[in-house]
Amino acid sequence: MICEQCNERPATLHFTKVVNGEKSEVHLCDTCAQEKGQMSLFNGNAGFSINDLLGGLLNGGTFHHSSHNAVTHREELRCPKCHMIYQQFVEIGRFGCSECYKTFKNHLVPVLKRLHSGNIVHTGKIPKKAGGNISLKKRIEELKQDLKQSIEQEEFERAANIRDEVRALEKEVNNGQEGGGQS
Amino acid sequence: MSLERFLKNAVSSWMSEEGPDSDIVLSSRIRLARNLKEYKFPIIFSRDEAVEIINWARNGLGSESFSDTCSFELLTMNDLKPIEKRVLVEKHLVSPNLAENAPYGAVLLSDNEEISVMINEEDHIRIQCLYPGLQLKEALIMAGKIDDWIEEKGVYAFDEERGYLTSCPTNVGTGLRASVMMHLPGLVLTRQINRIIPAINQLGLVVRGIYGEGSEALGNIFQISNQITLGKSEEDIVEDLLSVVEQIIDRERSAREALVKTSDIQLEDRVFRSYGILSNARVIETKEAAKCLSDLRLGIDLGYIKNISKTILNELMILTQPGFLQQYAGGPLNPDERDIRRAALIRERLILEENRE
Repeated sequence: MICEQCNERPATLHFTKVVNGEKSEVHLCDTCAQEKGQMSLFNGNAGFSINDLLGGLLNGGTFHHSSHNAVTHREELRCPKCHMIYQQFVEIGRFGCSECYKTFKNHLVPVLKRLHSGNIVHTGKIPKKAGGNISLKKRIEELKQDLKQSIEQEEFERAANIRDEVRALEKEVNNGQEGGGQS
Repeated sequence: MSLERFLKNAVSSWMSEEGPDSDIVLSSRIRLARNLKEYKFPIIFSRDEAVEIINWARNGLGSESFSDTCSFELLTMNDLKPIEKRVLVEKHLVSPNLAENAPYGAVLLSDNEEISVMINEEDHIRIQCLYPGLQLKEALIMAGKIDDWIEEKGVYAFDEERGYLTSCPTNVGTGLRASVMMHLPGLVLTRQINRIIPAINQLGLVVRGIYGEGSEALGNIFQISNQITLGKSEEDIVEDLLSVVEQIIDRERSAREALVKTSDIQLEDRVFRSYGILSNARVIETKEAAKCLSDLRLGIDLGYIKNISKTILNELMILTQPGFLQQYAGGPLNPDERDIRRAALIRERLILEENRE
């Protein structure tokens, strides 16, 4: 098969586009595909990337002002660490540094909800070092749940043991805060 | 020398070994995205920051063994030839993005190529464990260990509420992408796949043809992965994906049984025609090769063809990609030459099988 674009070289990239249910096929050689910017098939990003989608998602819905107002409003938000402004984030769909999560905190909740089925709070793994005493706090929460259950089921001996464990852990958390300061 | 081993000794363990349910699940992959707290993310970091991170990885991770049986070698993208990078991409050891767009990118590879850690891709660190067959839990455990080991050497960007902070908000939280590569000829031939894909999407999972687009996946190979990374634990993400994958496995097995019952001789004919093409063709395009390899693999799974190893599909789908063919040929090839090389490589590979007995 010959490339549709140059009609010279053999076509090596074959696309099937489906637009509104209408199917069309495109056959290009490496060179022409690259020129057409469709080489992204090799990149695994097939045509348009998550950025394009995300850009639309981030732009829509968070503000009801006219777009002009929204832009000026957001321009004031600049990350102190990497100097990224919100509009830049919207355009590229990527944060510049970990501080951006704090800087753009107020805008992020609806975005995260849409991306993660309504979830906004991490419930998974906690790193040993960077996590600090978060894992202790979570463990205390779990124990308190257990405690409540044991009391409801009238397992008082077990409840007492759990209570002691909670107290010990709480002490540990407090000591940690006095010593190292809270981050 | 070691690099030569990586590239010449082309077959990684996930391609050559058989894992659980390997008649349908070719491989399982876990990816964890992590960043170091003190540096800006790779999309805007400075050259100096990039170099510091690579040096950190080289000195901290590349120079020490992870365990008695596992150590890593660091390869920087700048030092690799285009063909070498392409081979790494085709083996799924680095992303196309790292190979093409990350001048300060690097990768740490384990000896058996089951573990790779990309440095300075979209995130500073991307840990990947790639296992043969359906072994998501095993891969998650291994990725977790590597993660703990890396955390000993640096400080991660982590937030109590948002979890592991990533450059793209689609990865924040666990930073976990779990995926399985499945061979689903039964569902494609019985046309069930078009109904199953939307159903899977509704469950918050993503289905892609890894070598093609949408339902016209090359070689009937599909990749299924989680979309949500925030608000679920790593174990739950993997468990949810597994439960869907197990249902798909059941559907695929029943589809294959139904095909054997209703069109036994037609199916056998299809399998042997494809075998004939692969054993005899002198010129073969990627698309045809993928179709025939899928038929051949189905024929092996259903017992029509004996004495050929099951992993031939995994292996040849990778080895007949352009980067590998050029590596094998020892130089650049134009598309016509590739098709000739591809046919030759497949024929030679099948002769090896036939002589193996």
